[in-house]
Amino acid sequence: MNDTATTLDPESTSGSSSISLGDRLTGLQNLGLVAVLVLAFVTGWLTAPENFLDANNFLTILKSAAVIGVVSVGMTFVIIGGGIDLSVGAIVALASVWGTTLASQNMGLGGMLTAFILVGTATGLVNGVLIAYGKIVSFIATLAMLVSARGLAQYISGGQTQVVEVSAFRSLNNGDVFGVPNLVVMLILVAAIGWVLLNRTTFGRRTFAVGGNGEAARLAGINVKRHTMWLFGLSGLACGIAAIMIVARTTTGSSTHGELYELDAIGAVVIGGTSLAGGRGTIVGTILGVLVFTVMTNIFVLNNLTTDIQNIAKGVIIVLAVLLQARAQRGSDAAAHS
Amino acid sequence: MSDAPQNLSRRNLLRGAGAFGAISVLAACTSNEAEPEPAATTAAAATGEATGDTSTEAVAQDSGPAVTIGFSAPAADHGWIAAVTDNAAKAAESFDDVTFVATEGTNDVNDQIAQVETLINQGVDVLAILPFDGAALTDVATQAMEAGIPVVNIDRIFDSPQAYRSYIGGDNYGMGVSAGNYIGQRLTDEGVENPVIAEIAGIDNLPLTQARSQGFADALDTYGFSVTARQAAEFTVESGQQVTANLLQAEGEIDAIWNHDDDQGIGVLAAIDEAGRDEFFMVGGAGSANAMREIQEGNSVLEATVLYSPTMAGSGINMARLIAQGKGMDSLVELEVPASITTFSAVVTADNVEEYLPLGFES
Repeated sequence: MNDTATTLDPESTSGSSSISLGDRLTGLQNLGLVAVLVLAFVTGWLTAPENFLDANNFLTILKSAAVIGVVSVGMTFVIIGGGIDLSVGAIVALASVWGTTLASQNMGLGGMLTAFILVGTATGLVNGVLIAYGKIVSFIATLAMLVSARGLAQYISGGQTQVVEVSAFRSLNNGDVFGVPNLVVMLILVAAIGWVLLNRTTFGRRTFAVGGNGEAARLAGINVKRHTMWLFGLSGLACGIAAIMIVARTTTGSSTHGELYELDAIGAVVIGGTSLAGGRGTIVGTILGVLVFTVMTNIFVLNNLTTDIQNIAKGVIIVLAVLLQARAQRGSDAAAHS
Repeated sequence: MSDAPQNLSRRNLLRGAGAFGAISVLAACTSNEAEPEPAATTAAAATGEATGDTSTEAVAQDSGPAVTIGFSAPAADHGWIAAVTDNAAKAAESFDDVTFVATEGTNDVNDQIAQVETLINQGVDVLAILPFDGAALTDVATQAMEAGIPVVNIDRIFDSPQAYRSYIGGDNYGMGVSAGNYIGQRLTDEGVENPVIAEIAGIDNLPLTQARSQGFADALDTYGFSVTARQAAEFTVESGQQVTANLLQAEGEIDAIWNHDDDQGIGVLAAIDEAGRDEFFMVGGAGSANAMREIQEGNSVLEATVLYSPTMAGSGINMARLIAQGKGMDSLVELEVPASITTFSAVVTADNVEEYLPLGFES
């Protein structure tokens, strides 16, 4: 599977230069987001002093961020690779349903986990094959998957909410590692592995190369089609992991899980500084983007704000974050050119 | 790709076999048929039967002239609507003089309009419609009425009384009132001063959510109480979990919670469980079998639920049949089926859950 990697290595040299540039940009890009986060924390502290700065509250925020965070890490790879995955929410729903059917539950914890992961990855790979070898634009292929995966989820569940009875699985949500809840540990692991994969491996360098200039990458000997397929498989795998987490959180599998995840994930990735045109982006930025969203939601609820106000404020803050991003970006571009 | 096109080797065969194996294992996983395990689906079957029985008891059983009932409803994408469709089909099945023509549920109003038009063209004797959006389907229902096909409107009401012969639906305002009265009475009995009352609503911009909240606030007001914290979820388990996790952080000490919907209630309970909170009692909404089982077991904060029962669809089919046969309802003096029926939002508690459990729907 890696036979090309050992013999041909030109992309690693061309890739490494883009990474060092990327590294330089990263710090500046993320400054905007960190500023927004600090702003949000100050707001939270001022408006709900006794509730916001509470260890339990931070755990609640992190646990809310965990599921969408994992999906967003997968999405970051796809977008850096020059594609888009609109089907993430539907894949989460499909995997959550498939892994919680009575048949899966009868196989116990192992059977359920296998089903979540396999269904997520396989569905992602179907996307990948359609896009890479079927030559369907990723926007359309994953849009089709969005509809049909949720349809299949509904078909399998019969429109019903499937409650998990396997106690080993239910305890997953309440467990912790040195006081850090399991879900947060999973997010940290996924983000860390994602970071290493993106920044320290051939796979990561190829991802930047494929998304930055597909033709050049092909000429440099990268199997662009196969790489694209794996990128979508990776996004599907992330969705499978996210399905485990959402099922643990809600104790159910349901075809209504993961609604609008595609928007949340793309939103987080983009305000995290990843270019929708591909070829540039960071995992750290994505995680910061996810945190901005979840911290905001938390502050709104702590202050008992109504949904309409929440939605208005969310829109404003997205624009604010992107504007700050663009400013930082222009600054860093100027620095890079000088 | 170019590295080994003709080398269709053992490795590829192995990959293929592996993929095939994985797929067959996964395919086996889609089954929801209960094996020995006592599980939700078996309860669903029991519920269905019981519901069928109650609805048939309620009306005259004598066979009349054969009638064809056309039925159209939104997509069965969550427990309540699925139960509506189920109840309608079960009610129709219980009559040997009824031919039941159901269209595939859809959440696209254009599709639903087309489906109703098809039913009109097929010349059904009577229509029972739960519109995805009452306003959007008013026109096509009026056409049906003008074509001489009476329409029974279920739950989401059409804009014009010209569009239906008879209406049966739930009482959203009354649901809020029932929940408010239960909570208000209990807190008054317990002598709680200035209670912290939280409300977890459904989708906020729906009129039904606003009516429920209004009823809740009005009822609480008669006890001198008001809602302290209110957040809207989206009727899904996930949104219920998410909103509640945050809400519990906002309020350190709560006396009572009303959650509008038992579907999202599973998520609400998961969040409460996770936070380890139990200083309050909770009232649910709609009356799912899940919620009723929790109430029956009695070791959860969920101590009551106010009904908004999908059995109304079964009653709707009964009404459609009687209208088509030109009969009235047995226990009423009038010779015709009434123009409007609103179901009552009873409060289900540990005391009466036994009686209501057969009417609960699987969420």
